Amino acid sequence: MTSAAAESVHLADWRDLVALTKPRVMSLVVFTGLCGLLAAPVSIPFILGFTAILCIALGAGAAGALNQWYEHDLDAKMRRTANRPLPAKRMDRQTALHFGVGLSVFSVILMELATNYLAAILLAASILFYVLIYTVWLKRRTAQNIVIGGAAGAFPPLIGWVAATGSIDLLPVLLFAIIFLWTPPHFWALSLFVRSDYANANVPMLPVVAGIRNTRSQILVYSVILVVSAMAPFALGLTGLIYGISAAVLNTIFLILAAAVWANTSEDVSGMKPERRLFAFSILYLFGLFAAVVVDRWVTL
Amino acid sequence: MNPHPEDELLRRQRERARLMAWLLGAFVILLFLITLAKIGINR
Repeated sequence: MTSAAAESVHLADWRDLVALTKPRVMSLVVFTGLCGLLAAPVSIPFILGFTAILCIALGAGAAGALNQWYEHDLDAKMRRTANRPLPAKRMDRQTALHFGVGLSVFSVILMELATNYLAAILLAASILFYVLIYTVWLKRRTAQNIVIGGAAGAFPPLIGWVAATGSIDLLPVLLFAIIFLWTPPHFWALSLFVRSDYANANVPMLPVVAGIRNTRSQILVYSVILVVSAMAPFALGLTGLIYGISAAVLNTIFLILAAAVWANTSEDVSGMKPERRLFAFSILYLFGLFAAVVVDRWVTL
Repeated sequence: MNPHPEDELLRRQRERARLMAWLLGAFVILLFLITLAKIGINR
């Protein structure tokens, strides 16, 4: 093999660099960030708002790349992640590290240039939280990894709001809390029907450590706390009737599905339809709830 | 397996260089527009 041929193994295809950013996860991050920006009481020029959302997306992508850099061994053990660029050996680790760090720094600096210091600091904090607190510290050590780590994914609406206003208010903090509390039932529902993957990879997800029954109970408990927090913006008078009605409907469906998970006794993956249903609906739930915040801000009944 | 790894390397290099050029161009335009928007706000 020539030196150029040897080098070709390590020169990543740009499509693999894109895959490193977890584009599917990014869509939810971009959407909630955009909702935070649009729900803010002040408007900023389109190009600044666009740049703020771009920075949130790039920051999330950078965090995803650094997560994959650190977890390359774990990803290789799980079916769901085995075909990612690093475990599939289509890219070397150093490329992923350089790409992740470079993208992180770039997104934070650009955020500061386009909007304000506070938004840039929050973006940096969200990247560091996801990489250091969740990926490096919590994920392999405790079954509460998702509970605390969920804060990383809760930052985007707060950053979007701060990019527009320059300050932190109660509504974006509540939006932060909603995503924070939504994360455990969402991921635990998933982890129930892919628990063998987590067990094989020695990741202490709740179903692996505390059992299926306990996880189902925890899902219901967190779902109840979630629906209460999701009603808070309306109850506190921070949003109007559009949000109130939307949240009530979405919360009712979420609770019914969470109760179905709690009532399910199947230990076999084939019998975990309620878990799959809750997982799928939870994504729709978050999209619906945040869309309602924006519609409520711009449309008066 | 690709029988000509050098060709594959060149193809990837060319693709990445082209993408980088587009991204750099877009970045310059973005910075220009951000500057205009900031000037507009401060007026």
